[in-house]
Amino acid sequence: MELSIRNIRKEFDRFPALHGVSLDIRSGELIALLGPSGSGKTTLLRLIAGLEFPTSGAIFFGEDDASQKTVQERNVGFVFQHYALFRHMTVAENIGFGLKVRPRRLRPSAAQIRRRASELLELVRLPGLENRYPSQLSGGQRQRVALARALAIEPKVLLLDEPFGALDAQVRRDLRRWLREIHETTGHTTVFVTHDQEEALELADRVVVMSQGAIEQVGSADDVYDRPLTPFVYGFIGESSRLPVRVDTGGVWIDDRSLGLAAGDVPDGPAHLFFRPHDVELVEGCGGCIAGVVVSSRRVEATRRVELAVGGDRRIVEIELPADHPAALRSRIAFRPRSWKLFADARAGREACAETV
Amino acid sequence: MAVTHFRAPSIIPGFGLTFGFTLFYLSIIVIVPVIGIYIHTFQLDWAAFERIVTGARFQAALRLSFGTSALAALVNVVIGVLVAWVLTRYSFPGRRVLDAIVDLPFALPTAVAGISLTAIYAPTGLIGQLFAPLGIRIAYTPLGILIALIFIGLPFVVRTVQPVLQDFDREVEEASATLGASRLTTIVRVLLPNLVPAILTGFALAFSRAVGEYGSVIFIAGNLPRQTEILPLLIVFRLEEYNYPAAAAIAAVMMTASFVILLLINLIQAWSRRRFGRV
Repeated sequence: MELSIRNIRKEFDRFPALHGVSLDIRSGELIALLGPSGSGKTTLLRLIAGLEFPTSGAIFFGEDDASQKTVQERNVGFVFQHYALFRHMTVAENIGFGLKVRPRRLRPSAAQIRRRASELLELVRLPGLENRYPSQLSGGQRQRVALARALAIEPKVLLLDEPFGALDAQVRRDLRRWLREIHETTGHTTVFVTHDQEEALELADRVVVMSQGAIEQVGSADDVYDRPLTPFVYGFIGESSRLPVRVDTGGVWIDDRSLGLAAGDVPDGPAHLFFRPHDVELVEGCGGCIAGVVVSSRRVEATRRVELAVGGDRRIVEIELPADHPAALRSRIAFRPRSWKLFADARAGREACAETV
Repeated sequence: MAVTHFRAPSIIPGFGLTFGFTLFYLSIIVIVPVIGIYIHTFQLDWAAFERIVTGARFQAALRLSFGTSALAALVNVVIGVLVAWVLTRYSFPGRRVLDAIVDLPFALPTAVAGISLTAIYAPTGLIGQLFAPLGIRIAYTPLGILIALIFIGLPFVVRTVQPVLQDFDREVEEASATLGASRLTTIVRVLLPNLVPAILTGFALAFSRAVGEYGSVIFIAGNLPRQTEILPLLIVFRLEEYNYPAAAAIAAVMMTASFVILLLINLIQAWSRRRFGRV
């Protein structure tokens, strides 16, 4: 089932949560909505499910306009962060609930429902737990039951709201791999919300990066990491260092020192230089580089993170060196980013950027 | 299973002192008087006891007291859940005021409540006069007793159900809806089963209060022997005749019946707690 979200706006008590979001999702795709809290990702998911209704705009399921359909009519599988299992029902009753509440002529027999529940338990790798109550299961098991329950109604799309958010790291990793497998087996169009970029990048076919009620970028893991379109995406995905700079006559400057980078289309005025802290080369003597005084240095696993104060107003920027690199002992380091991107200051009112050629 | 310690280690000492006081006060305030009633009863011989408990007047009062109390508690379950629902689920101007009004029956002296209820429901009263032409009398009939018992029992149900509704995870209802359940199905199959323990507690509290209620009922009841005479009133009559053993006998029957009913409700609750567990 393809999904088409067309210019959706959502306001809560006049407070805008989504500003005109559009997104096309292909059939069978696994999509991650990624963003910090308050970015509107959960609101978007709930709008797709029909748990909220848009202030304006439309949502299409295939050719059907689903915007005004109720949540019951949309036939979506929804998995909640805190499982939302029915605690007074056994695991089998939970999974069979969606079939049991169908109108009589569409309802399978009790035996069929029971068989379907057992099949789904098999699929989520919890065979034999039919008669347990949710309180007797671990968090990871509960979330698997919740997924089986959502799959039981043969949903058009599967929506997951921070499905692993309440679980500990090890269980998260296992469930992540397992969700990918389930997705490949069942082929449902799947949208999940997460604030964990590792989860989004590893799991999804395409990642939708959201911030402040708008979509910043839609793309594969490679796209959003290697070719971030906006300063937000550069800062949000992966480690990054940001340095306020000035663009003047096609060059990039800090105070009166040129960094030796070409500003391209970026207009004269304030701008921000982004680069990955690990993707830098150290240089000796400085003509066209960034030089700074070492402020602090921390050992993080195999690397050493060095904070430098750059320029007259001591702008702090972080770079990463191999742990045993001799430069870490120096008090002054000069470097040049191997790949970088320059964004005009948002206040300049123009969106322009330049990057490594 | 955790090992039960008689005396759990704690950073706040004083277990011996507080536990001693607790036992002492429970004894003199609750246990001794209860035992006293049974002792008083045993001053009667079996024949005298039998004469009291098989007497038509006592039997009528017994049926009236327990019947109206059970009915009032049932009505309160319905109204109470509704009121708790409105108070927890919607926000509207005056919600806090409404919330406070629920407690009025707790706070109002029961005699005051009795007098005002009688004034309103008497055939010439504000509401009573609407029903009088239809031939329905409210005050001085079992219907009046029922209304008084509903009045005093309502807060018990509201206050036990309200916190459970407040804590109920909205996502569970949403999950039910995404699975295709209609609103009614969600209420009946998902919401209500989770409220059952609280509803039972509220029912038990409202019922016990109603069985023992005196002040608000005697005014509106009219107290006609064998028709609108409640058990507590019968006890008062016996006391006025200085017939303590007879009064104690009636009390003992009331208390035993109440004990049995509360025990049953507690058993059902224990069962439902085991079954529904805590997630």
